[in-house]
Amino acid sequence: MDIFLMLLINGLAEGALIFLMASGLSIILGLMGVVNFSHGTLFLWGGYLFVWAYTNSNSFILGIASAVIGTFILGALLEVLFVRKTYGKVTAQILITLGLMIVFTDLVRLIWGATPLVVARPDFLAGAWRFGGAVIVHYRIFLIAVGITVAIGIQLLLTKTKIGMIIRAGVQRSDMVEALGINIKIYFTLVFTGGAALAGLGGALFAPLVGGISSGAGMSNQVLAFIVVVIGGMGSFIGSAIGSVFLGLMGALIAWYVPQLAIVANVTLMAIVLTFKPSGLFGLAVKK
Amino acid sequence: MEPLLKIEKLVSHIGLFTILHDVNIEINKGEAVVILGRNGVGKTTLLKAIMGLVKSKSGTLEFENKNIIERPTYEIARKGIGYVPEDYGVFDLLSVEENIKIAISKKTTSIEDKIAYIFDLFPDLKIAYKRSASTLSGGQRQMLSISKVLVNENKLMLVDEPSKGLAPIIVERLARALREISKTTTVLLVEQNFALACAVGSRYYIIDEGRTVKNGKVQDLVKDSNLQKKYLGVT
Ligand SMILES: Nc1ncnc2c1ncn2[C@@H]1O[C@H](COP(=O)(O)OP(=O)(O)OP(=O)(O)O)[C@@H](O)[C@H]1O
Ligand SMILES: [Mg+2]
Repeated sequence: MDIFLMLLINGLAEGALIFLMASGLSIILGLMGVVNFSHGTLFLWGGYLFVWAYTNSNSFILGIASAVIGTFILGALLEVLFVRKTYGKVTAQILITLGLMIVFTDLVRLIWGATPLVVARPDFLAGAWRFGGAVIVHYRIFLIAVGITVAIGIQLLLTKTKIGMIIRAGVQRSDMVEALGINIKIYFTLVFTGGAALAGLGGALFAPLVGGISSGAGMSNQVLAFIVVVIGGMGSFIGSAIGSVFLGLMGALIAWYVPQLAIVANVTLMAIVLTFKPSGLFGLAVKK
Repeated sequence: MEPLLKIEKLVSHIGLFTILHDVNIEINKGEAVVILGRNGVGKTTLLKAIMGLVKSKSGTLEFENKNIIERPTYEIARKGIGYVPEDYGVFDLLSVEENIKIAISKKTTSIEDKIAYIFDLFPDLKIAYKRSASTLSGGQRQMLSISKVLVNENKLMLVDEPSKGLAPIIVERLARALREISKTTTVLLVEQNFALACAVGSRYYIIDEGRTVKNGKVQDLVKDSNLQKKYLGVT
């Protein structure tokens, strides 16, 4: 029972991190039709900005704020300077976002060096509860709380505000949103930068969990986020939330009981979902 | 008097294909004009070209004397052009209420009255108001699609085959609604249902293979069975 509780907490915390990446990726893909391969870079930048600011200021809050604001600005730059020019041109999008991924990952190495940076959890989150054979790490509880808060926040934004209404409509038919006199491009920028900031937050929260950040972290987390988008269905916020939790829990269980299957499991899950429901669990049946 | 919408020698393309080769249309304020023609001649493409959803290569496209070629779609819509597309353009992820709310433009006043008018015209929507739009039937989608345009005071309404897939009784109701609307708004209607076209329109244009080939008064077309046979396949 105690082991089960531990795995549950571990899995949910993992899921919360994946969710911060996947929700933005999914809405960007659904609304703008952009397969954003640079999303992982924003995660990476979030991680490095956090470690840099936190180490220099000794303030955890300031570290998180730097990561979120920094990746928000970076996301805005990427959208305005590059991604915007490729709407509707899928090949160009893939090439440009892949290129951005490579360049901005190398920039991280250039600025912060190729050796991983080390960071500790802040004191108030450093502890753990032990009982029986289980260890419940406080920081993981914190991740779950952040994940839930962000999920509720986005859900409220999507369902209760005019902005959310326009985003939901645009996911299905952006041309018809334009035909109503709404400049959808503004919402594209908004969603892209919002997604960037969420990925940045994910990177920032990830670093203290694993004790540091290295330049490969962006890519590996991006792969997980893409799997979630496929499972949950592109453009579906609920799908990305449920998919993330599912992937996190499955990852925790497998890592504990059959670690040798860790890599195969995610891909197998994706294959199963694609076989029985190609549009993903919560994907739209019809697409523009 | 200058026409509200002036289209001259319009050439429009989708991707690499030129779909409209030479379209010439003038619509005056207050008119109800129908566009007729067989399947695949470019009627839908013409409405999309007006909305800027399809690119135009050359020719004139003027609304209230201002060039609207190359303008983004949202700017064209904001000039007061409402568009009811062939495939309804209903947002399935939104409720019926949200579908109407999202369509209300900033300039629109007395919103409550407009919604009451819509409920009066299409009681189905009143019943389904809080439901997800994905639950609507084809006919109800058409009603919602038209309502999204009716909540605003448009100067011009573009309507693409509203009778498609609707039961005859609903088409009749629609005809009444469109006639009513055309008293206050200029209407450009694409319609293959000849009866509906005649009931609503006062002037017609026939498009064939991307070209406007004929135009005149609807009442003359009704009498001219040769013309009907040649371009519309009406027998
Ligand atoms: N994406 C596209 N690529 C190539 N050709 C297209 C595309 N979309 C439409 N067309 C062609 O353009 C022509 C005009 O299409 P359009 O939809 O305007 O016809 P329509 O007059 O509205 O026909 P209908 O009465 O069947 O609705 C058709 O021959 C169609 O096949
Ligand atoms: Mg058509």
